[in-house]
Amino acid sequence: MASIETTPLAAEAEKAERGKLSRFLEAYPPLVIFGITWIAATLIVAIFADLLAPYIYSALDLKARLAPPVFMGGTWAHPLGTDELGRDVLSRLVISIRISLLIAFASTILSATIGVLLGFLAAHFRGLVEQVVLTLIDFQASMPFMIIALAVLAFFGNTLTLFICLMGFYGWERAARIARGLTIAANEQGYAASVRDIGASPLRVYGLHVLPNIASTLIVSVTLTFPEVILLESGLSFLGLGVQPPLTSLGNMVGYGREYLQSAPWILLAPSAVIVLTTFSISMVGDWLRDRLDPTLR
Amino acid sequence: MSALLEVDSLVRHYPVRIPGGLFGQPATLRAVDGVSFAVSPGKTLGLVGESGCGKSTTAKLVLGLLPPTAGAVRFEGGHVPARRNAEWRALRQRMQMVYQDPLGALDRRLPVVAQVMEPLTVFKIGTPAERREKARDLMAAVGLTPHLFERFPHELSGGQRQRVVLARALILEPSLLVCDEPISALDVSIQAQVINLLLDLQDRFGVAFLFISHDLKVVRQVSHEVAVMYLGRIVEQGEPEKLFHEPAHPYTKALVSAIPSPWRQEGYERIVLQGDPPNPVQVPSGCAFHPRCAYATAACREVRPVLADIGDGRKAACHLLSPIASA
Repeated sequence: MASIETTPLAAEAEKAERGKLSRFLEAYPPLVIFGITWIAATLIVAIFADLLAPYIYSALDLKARLAPPVFMGGTWAHPLGTDELGRDVLSRLVISIRISLLIAFASTILSATIGVLLGFLAAHFRGLVEQVVLTLIDFQASMPFMIIALAVLAFFGNTLTLFICLMGFYGWERAARIARGLTIAANEQGYAASVRDIGASPLRVYGLHVLPNIASTLIVSVTLTFPEVILLESGLSFLGLGVQPPLTSLGNMVGYGREYLQSAPWILLAPSAVIVLTTFSISMVGDWLRDRLDPTLR
Repeated sequence: MSALLEVDSLVRHYPVRIPGGLFGQPATLRAVDGVSFAVSPGKTLGLVGESGCGKSTTAKLVLGLLPPTAGAVRFEGGHVPARRNAEWRALRQRMQMVYQDPLGALDRRLPVVAQVMEPLTVFKIGTPAERREKARDLMAAVGLTPHLFERFPHELSGGQRQRVVLARALILEPSLLVCDEPISALDVSIQAQVINLLLDLQDRFGVAFLFISHDLKVVRQVSHEVAVMYLGRIVEQGEPEKLFHEPAHPYTKALVSAIPSPWRQEGYERIVLQGDPPNPVQVPSGCAFHPRCAYATAACREVRPVLADIGDGRKAACHLLSPIASA
């Protein structure tokens, strides 16, 4: 008797539990949870890089050159192995994450700001200002960015600040196009026009109404730009034009590890894996964030 | 009593290009072509006409949202600037607009109460707490229940959204409200509610309306005076009861005969106009209506009629009604 009574209750509780779990998973899909966790972990690593690195990233240990990582038969002295000069790969990886994230975040924010500002200017003033902005956009879009970057770095030399500013010009044209198009649409009819007709200042219209409304589209554009900046930085460092040794970055590590691809693949594997996982996480989280921030989709 | 709003031979032309030649031929689109009317304080002027006759352009010109090509708008004795300067901004407190599409006119990312109090924030009236208090009072006055105040626009029904738009327009206590097709995006049952609300608000706040619509029955119900527009000009103007009972101008006759009604007499004959409304880029010579008019004479083809008194407090622009040939 008791068993008959308890079984439906237990089943119900289990059902409720499952309902809660499935609702949670619907709001936070596993891949998104993974993405958030990964981004948080890389941020923590970037902030506490000095504490986390077991060795100084540029310290040489010529006796332990090309030591394999633990999972390839190495020792715990160098968990991820060492490179051709005996530098600890783990320590270098930790510092590389800091540098690469700094470049990617700073330049993505820079490019989004430039793009949105120019897009707003074009949509607000129209006429000549718009033509100039559109010409700039077309100019930027028609030139391979790699070539611009090569030219600038060749002429001006290379410092981290200059490199970040240069990367900040990557992808602004996409943000500018999106901002301009959506702002014109909002100004022509609808909420922005009605707020403007009330007598609100342009600052209020664009900052308080247009920006939040077009933010969802901009976030997607930014999450596209962010991984592209990481890849571009890797590409330039790979070519030897990005972050200069002894400073290290993810792309820099991949570039210099390439020569030892057959004999010591671990030099290149760890930074490559971090690049792939970070770009993937940013894309996943950005897509999810866009849906979360839209009150009409809640 | 002097008029609240006076519109004097208002003209708005747009340069356009019509097909022909390599780059097209330059031409002029006469959206509004010499419109004059006046609105008294607390009264309603209904503006009717088919689509494309310049009703909405007139509304924008009246509010100074568009610069007129010629003519002038005077509001409360002062000139309405068409530039967005300080004077223009100050006038927003006295004249406001209600839009056709309430969902489009509201920001979907802000709760509606924040949008109703926004005009107060823009003009820095009162403290934030006072603004919110006033917004809540006014939203209650337009018939919104308190649990709707913090909702987002997409969570409200069409009628509720239009009430929000009305509350936002009224919160600065304007003396003129320009309603551009305020009910044509709503269901018929909601339309009646919003019309009653408009009449009620006029009684309570003494606000004047410029009511633009293509729905003749609604205009007849809300207006103290009606102006019928055709191709950027007013063709007939008068009190709604007289105008709709005995339309004088042939175009008004055709419009009135198109109103669906369950109480038609035996001899009723619907006047069906021939052809499409003419292109405002190529306005016919003389009376703009003559190609579609059953009574057109030779004079109609050559001489443009002016809006003249036809007695009984009514005006019409037709040679058949005021035969004194006027250029």
